[in-house]
Amino acid sequence: MKKNILYPIYILWLRQLKRYFRSKSRMIGSLGQPIVFLVALGFGFGPVFAKAGGGNYIQFLSPGIIAMSIMFTAVFSGIELIWDRQFGFLKETMVAPVSRMTIMFGRTLGGATTATIQGIIVFIITIIIGFRPDIFAILWGLLFMFGISIVFTAFGTAIASTMEDMQGFGLIVNLVNMPLFFLSGALFPLNTAPAAIQWIAFINPLSYGVDGLRGAFTGISLHSIGTDASVIAIITILFLSIGAWLFSKVEV
Amino acid sequence: MNSSISVKNLTKTFKGGLVAVNDISFDVSKGSIFAFLGPNGAGKTTTIKMLTTLLHPTSGSLTLNDMDPVKHPHDVRESFGIVFQDPSLDDELTAYENMFFHAGLYGVPRSETPAKIEDMMKFVELWDRKDSLVKTFSGGMKRRLEIARGLLHTPSILFLDEPTTGLDPQTRNYIWDYIKKLNEERGLTVFFTTHYMEEAERSAHQVAIIDHGKIIASGTPASIIASTGTANLEDAFIKLTGKNIREQEAGSVDQLRQMRQAWRGVRR
Repeated sequence: MKKNILYPIYILWLRQLKRYFRSKSRMIGSLGQPIVFLVALGFGFGPVFAKAGGGNYIQFLSPGIIAMSIMFTAVFSGIELIWDRQFGFLKETMVAPVSRMTIMFGRTLGGATTATIQGIIVFIITIIIGFRPDIFAILWGLLFMFGISIVFTAFGTAIASTMEDMQGFGLIVNLVNMPLFFLSGALFPLNTAPAAIQWIAFINPLSYGVDGLRGAFTGISLHSIGTDASVIAIITILFLSIGAWLFSKVEV
Repeated sequence: MNSSISVKNLTKTFKGGLVAVNDISFDVSKGSIFAFLGPNGAGKTTTIKMLTTLLHPTSGSLTLNDMDPVKHPHDVRESFGIVFQDPSLDDELTAYENMFFHAGLYGVPRSETPAKIEDMMKFVELWDRKDSLVKTFSGGMKRRLEIARGLLHTPSILFLDEPTTGLDPQTRNYIWDYIKKLNEERGLTVFFTTHYMEEAERSAHQVAIIDHGKIIASGTPASIIASTGTANLEDAFIKLTGKNIREQEAGSVDQLRQMRQAWRGVRR
């Protein structure tokens, strides 16, 4: 029997979205962190940044905070896989006549879409706070937001595939997320940072997301938008493959 | 062929050397109700997992509707429905959405989906609750919904892994009425496990008792009772498997369930 494989992907995607829009508390709760960062750091460091000749700090910081909130939402969407595994729904999808690849792809697409929506909400908040992006670059910006979402949802799924419980997932994720965020150039310019930090940023996938987003919205970036986009594209394929491989090993 | 399920010399050895299922063979004929009984840890769930494509056997052969689950997992998956031992519904979705997503995953034609969902949900008498979130359902309602969902893609075999555990006698009777009705009216083959021996005695056409990975008795409930010289299947079961209590470890799943209940105050 020949079957449409896009429809199961759509079904799994739709499920993630329904769950996301239903849990308003999670949606609103996860906005707290970016707002605190924007207000505390943005207004706190703003004058220092300006005196040092860096210009408007809100302008610099906002793309970084958007990227941060996307990354955190995306990675943590991996936890849904652990929930589903613990509470049985994963079994229901695993005995369905659908390949593991399809399941992984549908889930990742769903998680990435919710992370992008989260990013758009934070984007709107940054505008309220005083961010003035180049409105014509919004398509590029959305593309980078979605790129970051896919990369880190696949990353979260990969980690969750190897985990049995939430506590372990939380620990690993915090261990990885924090350094990735702080050393991505989201908070300070990398070109004047010490060489060691520049190296870490060089191999940090989030740097390219932050840089691309900043380039798209403000026109100031370390690499060209083409470079950032290519790197994100390559990492997307890499992480999706690793995630798919690890997910195919999951036993329920 | 007259068997829905045919198992020959099936063995499953886990990593660490544990032999969960050791050289078992049995046949389940088409349109019959088959009870697979055994103490905790005897190998029941491992066998069901192999039959339902979730685990690969170490050796031996098995077929469902004359198809090999290892070679043709998708065809086999389309031909059976399953109600797992643990709930496998999405609590955050409505009853209808759970059904709808199942239909989507199983490739039920979209034009037929709404009518089929309505038919099945009316059959388990949950149609008036179709738009309620599953987390507001009682344990019995969840079970009924799972049975309805398992049958949505019109399988010819239904697996039920301890379908009535934790339910009150009223709900248990109710569920068995459904299952028997399905068996009689639609010719559905039913493969179930249970710890309630009187359920097996009352409903099953054929019984197999497994212990320590081996089948130690099989036949009709009456023949097993007769051969052990006991009064009922419960006594026969105890006589065959002994009086020792089997330990079953509480896995991380149980711990998490407790945690979630504590967090959300979800009642089951």
